[in-house]
Amino acid sequence: MMKISPKTATLLVLTALVAITPFFFPSGYYYRVGALIFVNGLAVTGIVILTGYAGQISLGHAGFAGIGGYACALAPVHWGIHPALAVVLGAAISAGLAYLVGRPILRLKGYYLGVATLGFGILVSMVLNNERDLTRGPDGIEVPELGLRAVLKDWGLNLSNGEFWYYFCGLFLIVGAWIALNLHSSPAGRALRALHGSEVAARTVGIDVPRMKLQAFVISAVYASVSGSLLALQNKFITPDVAGFMHSIEMVTMAVLGGVGSVLGAIFGAGILTLLPQVLTVFAEYEQMVLGLVMVLVMIFLREGLLPSILRRLRGRGE
Amino acid sequence: MSELLQFLFSGVTVGAVYALVALGFTIIYNASDVVNFAQGEFVMLGGMITWFAHAAGLPLPLAALSAIVVTAALGVAMNKLMIEPARGAPVVSLIIITIGASIFIQGGTQLIFDKQIHSFPAFSGDAPIRVGGATILPQSLWVIGGALVVFLGLWVFFTRTLLGRAVLATSNNRLAAQLVGINTNFVMTLSFALSAGIGALAGVLATPITLVAYNVGIGFALKGFAGAMLGGMGNPKGALVGGFAIGLIEAMTAGYLSSQYKDAAAFIVILAVLFFLPHGLFGRKSTDRV
Amino acid sequence: MKKTLTTTALGLLAALGATAAMADIKIGASVSATGPAAFLGDPEAKTLEMLVEETNAAGGINGEKVVLVLYDDGGDPNKARTFATRLVEDDEVVAIVGGTTTGTSMSILSVTEDAEVPFVSLAGAIDIIQPVKPFTFKTPHTDRMACQKIFEDMQKRGFTKVGLISGTDGFGASMQAQCKDVVSDYGIEIVADETYDPKDSDMTAQLTKIRNAEGIQAVLNPGFGQGPSIVTRNYKQLGIELPFYQSHGVASAGFIELAGVEAAEGVRLPGNALLIPELLADGDVQKPIVTAYKAAYEAKTGQPVGTFGGYAHDGWHLVTDAIKRAGSAEPQAIRDALEATSGLAGTTGIYSMSAEDHLGLDLSAFRMLEIRDGKWALVE
Repeated sequence: MMKISPKTATLLVLTALVAITPFFFPSGYYYRVGALIFVNGLAVTGIVILTGYAGQISLGHAGFAGIGGYACALAPVHWGIHPALAVVLGAAISAGLAYLVGRPILRLKGYYLGVATLGFGILVSMVLNNERDLTRGPDGIEVPELGLRAVLKDWGLNLSNGEFWYYFCGLFLIVGAWIALNLHSSPAGRALRALHGSEVAARTVGIDVPRMKLQAFVISAVYASVSGSLLALQNKFITPDVAGFMHSIEMVTMAVLGGVGSVLGAIFGAGILTLLPQVLTVFAEYEQMVLGLVMVLVMIFLREGLLPSILRRLRGRGE
Repeated sequence: MSELLQFLFSGVTVGAVYALVALGFTIIYNASDVVNFAQGEFVMLGGMITWFAHAAGLPLPLAALSAIVVTAALGVAMNKLMIEPARGAPVVSLIIITIGASIFIQGGTQLIFDKQIHSFPAFSGDAPIRVGGATILPQSLWVIGGALVVFLGLWVFFTRTLLGRAVLATSNNRLAAQLVGINTNFVMTLSFALSAGIGALAGVLATPITLVAYNVGIGFALKGFAGAMLGGMGNPKGALVGGFAIGLIEAMTAGYLSSQYKDAAAFIVILAVLFFLPHGLFGRKSTDRV
Repeated sequence: MKKTLTTTALGLLAALGATAAMADIKIGASVSATGPAAFLGDPEAKTLEMLVEETNAAGGINGEKVVLVLYDDGGDPNKARTFATRLVEDDEVVAIVGGTTTGTSMSILSVTEDAEVPFVSLAGAIDIIQPVKPFTFKTPHTDRMACQKIFEDMQKRGFTKVGLISGTDGFGASMQAQCKDVVSDYGIEIVADETYDPKDSDMTAQLTKIRNAEGIQAVLNPGFGQGPSIVTRNYKQLGIELPFYQSHGVASAGFIELAGVEAAEGVRLPGNALLIPELLADGDVQKPIVTAYKAAYEAKTGQPVGTFGGYAHDGWHLVTDAIKRAGSAEPQAIRDALEATSGLAGTTGIYSMSAEDHLGLDLSAFRMLEIRDGKWALVE
């Protein structure tokens, strides 16, 4: 049998999931849930690079999602930029900001890094809330139509709104995962993982530790920004909640719950946490308790995250 | 002048609450290196249980006492069921466990009690005390006094008592502490009981001013965390100074600059301090383990 | 694994769907029963749950049973959009009531407009119905109207310089902006404009600043939740003697209790009939409605009624009344009937909609109330 690398395997699994699951969708609503899983999966892939590869924590990454989202809301209106270009603009601003902010704060470790990134996220969401003249404040602002669906229609590909966003976000997720996986096996990726193991050891073998950390921070900021843009364009509406503390926590939780060490694991976590509230509507009263309990139990009993633990058990049985 | 005094009063009132939360963070961190994001829920429980017990007919002091005892017991349960089984987990996992606990407690509280906002009477009435043209509520003095008493108690505990030193020893090196005969499990239980109890006390003292609802905990946790980090995690002095500093920065910014960006000012100060002192104002310097 | 979970989810949903027989009329709702707006959304959810029972006990609508599909969006606009999609695509409801906050309402309406399903919003901002969208309606007064009512009263009392202290949540920020927008129509000038975070516990710094503003004659506090209660206490603590106005965001007996009878004394706010059933004239068409709702809600929940639960009450009655008149539960027919609503008395006011007006209330629905000895009194 042909041996396939974990990288190819991950991409194959993802592509198959995106392509095949729609055959089992009983209604248009499932496309919406799927698209949300992909958007969250993209943000979480960035967390894998930052936390899984480089071992750094961020409690403020939603700030970048906010920048990406509001770029799509504001740039087309104020500067007449096409929404698609606004995605790129948002990513560029996020990358620039991550570079500026990352330099000083990545010197901090553990909880100190946590509070510094938390502060960054809160500052961004505060600006979005308070600069009413620009952002229209906490009630949110409309986001222009991307317009790609109409173009596809002209080409003879007629998709419903839900279908379009499902495949579009799915495509972004696959590309995002592909980039992250390539990074993993590149020399830079090996250096990142080395510094996760021990910064001092990494430094002694000649790795430029601050630079590597900064790179991981900037790349993960771009992932968060693009996911924020996709969310804004899909919803055609955005509020400052997207940059809020709870959204930052949600990203980290999804990644760690699924397995922050692997791209597929983190995306799996995004899937679980996106589906959970939809499944729990049956007993909405207990939703918060169940969610809290799931977070605690997984972290205690499946420390590497859900997917790696499950895979290990399966493999252990096979051998 | 009276204006400045009023801003100061406002700042220390709020700061005292933050300081009490930050002190709660400090104890658990000292014993276990865990930053407990559910600390704010202890404050919320202190307020909610006191309100409930008082509304059910218990006299206020008894209601407050029962709230503190119940919350302390919950703290111990949280340690036994959630923190101890996760010993040695990475920082991110511990953050998620304590946030999960916080969401769980909120979910339980809204089921057992309700989602409304509640309060109970202030301990010494509502008549404001006038000082130099500014006013402060008697309840604020209770909160400030509470923060100072708890701080002094902890300071004596950690520096003057054998048990307190045992807690610090456990935090520095668990194995070594065990080797010299310290019962580290007992130290952990004690720390969680103490921390949860102090959190509940903060809720009891502050609720007549801040009001309470099932979802107020996370706000307290964030501000208390910020205060503790500003002062330097693990040091009661740092928690006290950090908590009051955040309260004062907020009040001064609201008074003299912009009330819209007062929370921003607090975080900008934190970022600036951490830039120069990566372990906060009074934090101990840790060394990297290779 | 992911697929197993999806299939489990599908199974659960199918089981849920099976309980509702095909002939029933399905009405959807997405409200913020938890999260930062739970204070508003929780009474709305309870009201809707109570009313669906009431409607069915009374024989349903046009002889058909009504089913309520209720989701809790936690105040998150993104979740609200997902639930709106679910209600429309999966549950196939004929109309939606909900959208506790302006953010969630805006998310829901973009789904319902596309799907051509009528939506009755429970949020305040004027943007929801202006410009008019064919399938979107709402029950609460706009915050702009609240500002107008308050400024009208201030003008009558001869005030020209006032201060604002607003919450930075959606409710407070939106009303702050609307008030600043209309204030000049009343010859009034805003001489102090402060804000506080909804989680703040002391606003004396902001109030001190406001008190020291040159020539200030009155203060207005747009906001909801615990913020306004704390502001009212701080107001009393500082001994500020200026007349004090609150918004409709705190129009509930709970506010007087939390702020304290003493501190709340003399506070004015634009309220509605729901707060003062015993003060209404005997011929008032709203009287039987608010009396019945108040009695039923308070008996069921043990909590005082407030304007927000009342919005849900009115939303439910608008929709059920429209279905009754249309004689059909087709979304398009319901929409047409909603737009033709005329003289329907609710707790908030008497609704008369038209193609240009999807709210159907005017300033007369607001009643300027003053708190005297811990009770609401009419100011006329």
